[in-house]
Amino acid sequence: MSSFPFLIVLIALPAAGAAVVAALPRGRELLAKQVALAVSLLVLVLTVLATVAFHAGGARFQLTTSVSWIASFGVRFALGVDGIALVMLLLIGVLVPVVIGASWDDELPSGRSMRAYFAWLLLLEAMMVGVFAATDVFLFYVFFEAMLVPMYFLIGSFGGPRRQYAAVKFFLYSLVGGLIMLAAVIGLYVVSNSQLGAGTFAFDALRQLDITPGVQKLLFLGFFIAFAIKAPLVPFHTWLPDAGSEAPIGGAVLLVGILDKVGTFGFLRYCLPLFPDASRAFAPAVLVLAVAGILYAALLAMGQSDMKRLVSYTSISHFGFIALGIFAFTTEAGTGAVLYMVNHGLATGLLFLVVGMLIARGGSRQIGDYGGVAAKAPLLAGAFLIAGLASLSLPGTNSFVSEFLVLIGSFHAVPVFTILATVGMVLAALYILLMYQRTMQGPPRGVLLEESEAPEPVSAHSGGTATVTAPAPVRSRLRVLDLSRRELAVVAPLIALIIGLGVYPQPLLRLIEPAVHATLSDVGVSGTATGGTHR
Amino acid sequence: MTLTYYLVLAAMLFTIGAVGVLVRRNAIVVFMCVELMLNSANLTLVTFSRAHGTVDGQVMAFFVMVVAAAEVVVGLAIIMSIYRTRRSASVDDANLLKY
Amino acid sequence: MPAEGLLAWSWLLIALPLAGAAILLLGGRRTDRWGHLLGTGTVVAAFVIGLLGTIQLAGLDKKSVGVDLFTFINVGSLDVRAGLLFDPLSAAFVLLITGVGALIHIYSIGYMAHDPGRRRFFAYLNLFVAAMLLLVLGNSFVALYVGWEGVGLASYLLIAFWYTRPAAATAAKKAFIMNRVGDVGLALAIFLMFSQLGTTSYAGVFGSIGTLAGGTITAIGLLLLLGACGKSGQFPLQAWLPDAMEGPTPVSALIHAATMVTAGVYLIARCAPIYDHTPTARTVVMLIGAITLLIGAIAGCAYDDIKKVLAYSTVSQIGYMFLAVGLGPAGYVAGLAHLYAHGFFKAGLFLGAGSVMHAMNDSVDMRRFGGLWKKLPITFVTFSLGYLALIGFPFLSGYWTKDAIIEAAFDRGDTLGYVLGGVAVFAAGLTAFYMTRLMLMTFFGPPRWEEGVHPHEAPPVMTAPMIVLAVGSVGAGFALVRAFPLGTWLAPVFGEPKETTHVLAPLTLTLVLVAVMLLGVGLAWLFVGRREVPVIAPARVSPVVRAARNALYADTVNESLFMRPGQWLTRALVFFDNRGVDGAVNGMAATLGGSSARLGRAQTGFVRTYALGMLGGAVLVAGALLAVTAG
Repeated sequence: MSSFPFLIVLIALPAAGAAVVAALPRGRELLAKQVALAVSLLVLVLTVLATVAFHAGGARFQLTTSVSWIASFGVRFALGVDGIALVMLLLIGVLVPVVIGASWDDELPSGRSMRAYFAWLLLLEAMMVGVFAATDVFLFYVFFEAMLVPMYFLIGSFGGPRRQYAAVKFFLYSLVGGLIMLAAVIGLYVVSNSQLGAGTFAFDALRQLDITPGVQKLLFLGFFIAFAIKAPLVPFHTWLPDAGSEAPIGGAVLLVGILDKVGTFGFLRYCLPLFPDASRAFAPAVLVLAVAGILYAALLAMGQSDMKRLVSYTSISHFGFIALGIFAFTTEAGTGAVLYMVNHGLATGLLFLVVGMLIARGGSRQIGDYGGVAAKAPLLAGAFLIAGLASLSLPGTNSFVSEFLVLIGSFHAVPVFTILATVGMVLAALYILLMYQRTMQGPPRGVLLEESEAPEPVSAHSGGTATVTAPAPVRSRLRVLDLSRRELAVVAPLIALIIGLGVYPQPLLRLIEPAVHATLSDVGVSGTATGGTHR
Repeated sequence: MTLTYYLVLAAMLFTIGAVGVLVRRNAIVVFMCVELMLNSANLTLVTFSRAHGTVDGQVMAFFVMVVAAAEVVVGLAIIMSIYRTRRSASVDDANLLKY
Repeated sequence: MPAEGLLAWSWLLIALPLAGAAILLLGGRRTDRWGHLLGTGTVVAAFVIGLLGTIQLAGLDKKSVGVDLFTFINVGSLDVRAGLLFDPLSAAFVLLITGVGALIHIYSIGYMAHDPGRRRFFAYLNLFVAAMLLLVLGNSFVALYVGWEGVGLASYLLIAFWYTRPAAATAAKKAFIMNRVGDVGLALAIFLMFSQLGTTSYAGVFGSIGTLAGGTITAIGLLLLLGACGKSGQFPLQAWLPDAMEGPTPVSALIHAATMVTAGVYLIARCAPIYDHTPTARTVVMLIGAITLLIGAIAGCAYDDIKKVLAYSTVSQIGYMFLAVGLGPAGYVAGLAHLYAHGFFKAGLFLGAGSVMHAMNDSVDMRRFGGLWKKLPITFVTFSLGYLALIGFPFLSGYWTKDAIIEAAFDRGDTLGYVLGGVAVFAAGLTAFYMTRLMLMTFFGPPRWEEGVHPHEAPPVMTAPMIVLAVGSVGAGFALVRAFPLGTWLAPVFGEPKETTHVLAPLTLTLVLVAVMLLGVGLAWLFVGRREVPVIAPARVSPVVRAARNALYADTVNESLFMRPGQWLTRALVFFDNRGVDGAVNGMAATLGGSSARLGRAQTGFVRTYALGMLGGAVLVAGALLAVTAG
């Protein structure tokens, strides 16, 4: 089984699925959905099998494949995964079928077909697998840029009213970062050419290079800016609230849940091992950005009136935690950061999905247009609450483990930053519970009231951030329906994973820890989080 | 033999052509001025060809003539069609191709 | 030492209520008919297991057994194992939680009988019991933290049980947020312990805490105290507890009187080995306790809402417990004995208040009560016993346990001891005042009922737990201080009780306290009992009363110091992000687009302009060539 070329199949299968779905004749929408779901489920099975085939304590990169691609530049089509990449593949495997299930009955903008939507989704899945599985820097770059294309179309063709603006903004931001990274990639090639005699893009060879500190800093910045835009870290973040709020819900889940993780993944995979001296030199600056982002974005989230924007801002805050964990340079914090990447995908993914289900019922993204939904849709409210609690890292949910690891691992190395970051816990509780109270609790009111009984909504949409406050009638009935069976089937696996990984995170931690440890030994830092004599 | 006369003549022709292109509005006149400039270039080519004792310049002059002939055909055709639609041969009236 | 026999199964204590909660929440309406019975059954079963386990523990030589369950987190040098610690301290809490918990579950069967959400209510109650048991049974600070936030969640859900009422939703949110502020302290304390000692288990931390520098230990102690203050409603985080009364009354009895809010006391008692090393932190604990017990007692005098009076009384009584545990070895047992006695009488008082509300159409305004003793005889008797126990009437629970705390405070023998003891005595007088006021306004005097109110006694399923708790209120103090001394039971945890020399003769102190209590009762009679109680609260009152009615302006301070600046900051940042950061990005895009438009203006469409451009370019090139060749 171990000789099975998992990674190539994992890229080829969804790509082929995308081609098949796109090629289906007009009108076969149901078949398209079924094919897409089947393909994504098959990918899920394969990622699980790949995990089984992976030996946690074995070689750093496993399931490797390497084929010469552009021989004159030493570019190889080289794939392989370490524990970090593997858990991200698992996350892709879980989220894509969920997203397809959640988008099953989406109302698309007129003239857009479900076939195209699902084809782009599957193509995106293939590209995302590629970006995490590449072990050749050039190949990584290719996937890094190629990933933009399906996401651009997902936002620009299937999104909300300002989708064009959001899509272009997302694309330009990413492209600028990508081009800066390309310059750094070429720089790496030049350095390898002069040191090894023959230029190469192979990660393992580049890791052995001895780059002078000045060059390291330049190349580090090239990679770092690209990843900081992608992650995104404050102040490179303003594309995410637009993209996250205008993207269709499925696209938003994949965007925030997986695509953005390429940024933090890149910090760990490329910035740290390739430029250890520069990483150490820039770490304090990055930590400042991370902690500032945690607090700044959390405060901003509180001020949002658009639910999808709010969730996007919470993600920026969470990415601050991940960056803190990575640049604290301890095994505990680094492992916590990688686990955070997975957990954030599940928790924020669920939050986005539930918010999307609410928006699908009310047709508005404004928090002020809802109220008292829990009375009529207890399951929806329950799922919303669980997603929210996971987002604020309540113990018992998966996010607690990762946030705890990040903070406890960072405390010894960078106590001041950690104390500031811990304040983010209170802010997280505030923004989640504020949103929950305004939408789910209180007397029923807002756009979900039955038309006959609803008072004329005081329309204030023009400002975009203004809220609608309809006076609550005494006997109001909501026409909101509770979660359907399909929707339950979508949220149930995520809830199960959130609670399951919250109680027993050890299987994932066992996969992640050796890879993080190897990364940190590349950086050449001790990687302990305690000063105690105890083990 | 001295080159100076020929070159001065060519420069004068070129200047007359260039000024003509810049100041005249009638497309036909502009066109003739362009021809004037091309021919001044031809004169220069032939002059140097003779001075250096090689035929390269003369060959080049023939090329220019051929290109100029082709250009005249295309250019006159365009001017004709513009004239037909606008009843004007003024180059200032054909200013659609702008920002 | 690893557990054997029944104790090895003590994880069932947590698993049973947790399973109950899961079944009730996932089962949906199918479980509506029997959900309350299942919910009650799991807690009763947990009580039986806890009781048998405690009996087994009593028979062991080494009174501390561990139950190792599974590896929770093992990364790098952090090794957190999920495990339980069953020792006399946790056993005492297990019995209190499951015992009072079971009674309140039974009571709730009657109290929530007509509520459509009864199943959900029992699910949340079960969830609370499970989290609370995890809190007291966990063998590491991480397990404690998980339970700690778990009870916070259950408290949030239960306060907001009637979530369609905005006040309930707001109160729940407030409780959760203020608890989270405390939780940050607890979390940082754990981080600091791990950073310094490399472990988070009780055994590891307590075993090597002495090797740390004094300042570090004090920091840990103060951070733990912040967590305790949040959970226990102590100054400066006390403002959420009275608002939490928006929840159903059984919740107020179980969570916001008997168990969860005493978790802070548990934390400090559990961390006795840490506080033993840091007199500074202990002094702060005492001061916090003294301040809070005074604030609670003052505010309790002014409110007309029966549940809020009881809530401030709870704040005040927990202040006594903090004062006690802050005293160190001399006070741990006294504080815990008071905690136990308080668990009985305050839960009984809340259940009595629930019975009164049940009779008065859910009204909580004492100005509209009066003369209820005839209509609610059982409630009146049980409530009175709880009342007498609380004000320290001789030979009832409060008399034994509160006196022990005040005695211990005086026994410090220094100025601080006298000040703290004096404050505690003064607050005891206030306690007698506000509780007598409550009794008089509720049960005596002429009826001031609203239209259409027909008081009736509660059904037996509600009165039975009240009777049991009343018996506890009467006997617990004597039992714990004299008959089966808690000190002896807890000796394996805190050491053998020492004979101390008393600064004041015990008899003198007792006489003083009884006199102060009678003074408080008498004053209440003068102010409230003698006169007609106005139905509308008088508006023209002295500044002192106004301050007390506003709970000494705690909410005002919180709002003006945190909420309003926070809202302002949030708005300012949103503006800054949209206009500043995003504005810079969009501005750059606009600048690029604008300049390209301006450059495009050069394309006039006139052939001559282009020709001139070409000519100019050609001249430039020629000139450059000449310059290069000539130069």
